[in-house]
Amino acid sequence: MTLLGQFALWAALLLGLWCVAISFSGRWQGRPELSASVVRSVYAVCGALVVASLSLWTGLINHDFNIEYVAAYTSRNLPSYYTFSAFWAGQKGSLLFWAVVLSLFASAAQLLTPRRYADLMPHVAGVTTAVVVFFVCVMLFAANPFERLGFTPADGRGLNPQLQNVGMVIHPPMLYLGYISITIPFAFAVAALLSRRLDTGWIHAIRKWTLVSWLFLAIGITLGMWWAYVELGWGGYWAWDPVENASLLPWLTMTAFLHSVMIQEKRGMLKRWNLGLIVGTFLLSIFGTFITRSGVIASVHSFTQSNVGYFFLGFLAVAGVLSFTLLYTRWPALEAEVRLESILSREAAFLFNNLLFVGIAFSVLWGTLFPILSELVRGTKITVGPPFFNRVNVPLGLLLLALTGIGPLIAWRKASAANLKRQFVGPVSTGVVTLAVLLALGARDFYALMALSLAGFVAGTIVQEFYRGVRARRRMHGESAPLAFGRLVARNRRRYGGYVVHLAVLIYFVAFSGMAFRREMEATLKPGESVELASPFGHIYRLTHQGISQYETLNRIVSAATVSVTKDGKPAGLITSEKRQHVDSFKRPTFEPSTEVGIRSGLQEDLYIVFAGSVQGTEEAVYRFNVNPLVWWLWFGGFVLAFGAVLTMWPGGGPLAPAPARAQAGYEVTLVGAAPK
Amino acid sequence: MSDIHSRRGFFRVLGAGALIPLGAAPAQVQDSLAGRGDVGTLRDPAAAGRPRQPTRSVDDNAEIQAIEQRLACSCGCTLDIFTCRTTDFTCTYSPQLHTEVVALHQSGKTAREILDAFVLKYGEKALMAPKPAGFNLMGYLVPGAAIATAGAALLLLLGRRKAAVARAGGAAPAAEPPASNASPEELERLRRALAEVDD
Repeated sequence: MTLLGQFALWAALLLGLWCVAISFSGRWQGRPELSASVVRSVYAVCGALVVASLSLWTGLINHDFNIEYVAAYTSRNLPSYYTFSAFWAGQKGSLLFWAVVLSLFASAAQLLTPRRYADLMPHVAGVTTAVVVFFVCVMLFAANPFERLGFTPADGRGLNPQLQNVGMVIHPPMLYLGYISITIPFAFAVAALLSRRLDTGWIHAIRKWTLVSWLFLAIGITLGMWWAYVELGWGGYWAWDPVENASLLPWLTMTAFLHSVMIQEKRGMLKRWNLGLIVGTFLLSIFGTFITRSGVIASVHSFTQSNVGYFFLGFLAVAGVLSFTLLYTRWPALEAEVRLESILSREAAFLFNNLLFVGIAFSVLWGTLFPILSELVRGTKITVGPPFFNRVNVPLGLLLLALTGIGPLIAWRKASAANLKRQFVGPVSTGVVTLAVLLALGARDFYALMALSLAGFVAGTIVQEFYRGVRARRRMHGESAPLAFGRLVARNRRRYGGYVVHLAVLIYFVAFSGMAFRREMEATLKPGESVELASPFGHIYRLTHQGISQYETLNRIVSAATVSVTKDGKPAGLITSEKRQHVDSFKRPTFEPSTEVGIRSGLQEDLYIVFAGSVQGTEEAVYRFNVNPLVWWLWFGGFVLAFGAVLTMWPGGGPLAPAPARAQAGYEVTLVGAAPK
Repeated sequence: MSDIHSRRGFFRVLGAGALIPLGAAPAQVQDSLAGRGDVGTLRDPAAAGRPRQPTRSVDDNAEIQAIEQRLACSCGCTLDIFTCRTTDFTCTYSPQLHTEVVALHQSGKTAREILDAFVLKYGEKALMAPKPAGFNLMGYLVPGAAIATAGAALLLLLGRRKAAVARAGGAAPAAEPPASNASPEELERLRRALAEVDD
């Protein structure tokens, strides 16, 4: 199968080069057969990469340990779903995964894009295939997943225990889908620049692609937090690790784009900015890949250090120079159609929102690269960890949260004083009341107080927007409240889906603020011994060590330490935390023992138990106990965010759809007394 | 790992078991009764990770934990000493660094002095965040300064445009409204309805 895989990679390279050459030479213009050939070669490249992927999967499933990649990441006793997911567990496999998914997206873009954008599509094909060709080149010349060993080991090394988690099966593909699909909006942006079709057409063509990409990244990041929380065992979910930061960067700039693109659609402004954001987002996705794969910055998530980093650095430089040069050459054609009329307008609020999103992205990038800068300038190695990022970014995040509430309250074009007063009274009151209640309850952490009060303000904004919309429909149509609510949302999914996403964002912030109140303790307990731990909500947990049991299962020896829990004197069940010694099929240890956390999750707080080890091989256990408030809301926020994003991109109902009977986006206004439609 | 996992080892243990007189207690007993009797020994201690020492009160000292959260572990994990020693139980660096922090703390040094001692011994990379002084100040100030500058520039630009519009004699001409057959009363109701939703 490796021969077939190698052949498929070379076929993909040759077909891709043909596609790129014809596309960028422009020879397809006026020659429909060449134009069709460019598009068909996208499908052909995709076919070749699917064959290569199936070849690697066959090698993995058949335990062909003569393939270096299969021997390095699997073993005979690895559960089949992890054998399957080992495809993207290592550097080489994940490059192939990236290439095949990008080629699938490129094919889907060709198939699904309406015909009115047909003249953009050969350019889109060229750009997407150029990126695919780059990945194929990296595989063929630096990190070939089909490389064979000079011998065949009896068993493979197995998968890193921390990757043997259901999060590993879902989180990386989601993140990759987000990273990879950014290429499609980028390709459309470049196509618009190349073809000089710089109206809002390309923006309409990519709107859903951008949302899909943004959603996948958001889900990937949230799943990454969940995986870190349940698997790594340090009690948190975000450590400002360079690789975590790298995933956040394109998400931030894409979120900025999703806001600023509305200004271009509604007012014909910010064309240059939007193109810059899309190009920047793509470059950040490649930069993230460079960080993850080059080993240039220390990270717990990095792949093995290899020379593929140079490929990515070169590609990043070439893509950056070409894209921005192209943007520069089209600069005069990207003049805004209208000017901003007032600082007190939604356009201005969106501008400041963009400033903050891009500013936070810059701040995260700056912090991530600052150790390198310090070493270059001063020759001194420094560590830039969570205290630095929290100090710099938490205030910016709070400002952004405030703007999440302010933006929807300000009218387009120009807001009057009366309008501002009417809009702000409710939400501001909600925020102030939230602050007062928290102070009365004894909360004193400044940032947590600010986050929760602003969350109250944003919640007030969202509720007010829904309430006013429903009230307007009820007055105009005499509908019942649930019907008015349903129709309000259905008639403008983009707007109200956006509010649902805002709701998710405030839920995230509430969850983040909870960690300011976390409690933790270490304890060594003999069987039957107990400790008490008070939670920030005033609950008292009594934790009694029950003992350690050891047993063997498929690919590991498990040492399970069990704790019985009472909460405020009432039994609350048993929690088990484990040490796992993974072994190969010959029972030889493969990795250092890993830890599995025990978690009792609730709406208020999580009880988080880590079995640190046994005292000199006895049943006396060392534990770390954490009470982490409001963590459940983070995962719930992820669901709300996904729901809001899907609602936003659900077909129909948008303001761009032909709706002649609609007087204003989102509201079907019928004049009282007029004949029903 | 115990050799009971190999066939030969299994028969050896079985054979040895047959020689144990009835009623004699085995050398290793796993305690299954919580809170009763002696603490049992694990069947395979190596599988439960690095042997641990019982937690001391200094391990749980909030002041020491706070100091350790500001110091980086030198094992390459990118975590602070406290997080590493309570998470990566295979790390041999963080327990050693913890011992150093405890020793310094017990010798009466303040948190600042302990941090300085670590910087002196391991270099600036021992701190989880660089000291906000000298070149490092750039690290803290550049993002905020960049955003503030961009924000000020944006405000200035908007102010200038507003002034230019005012000089030109009012707001930019609005697009011609589409012709409507509605009566003034109907238009007023529409205006009120739109004001209600205020998009």
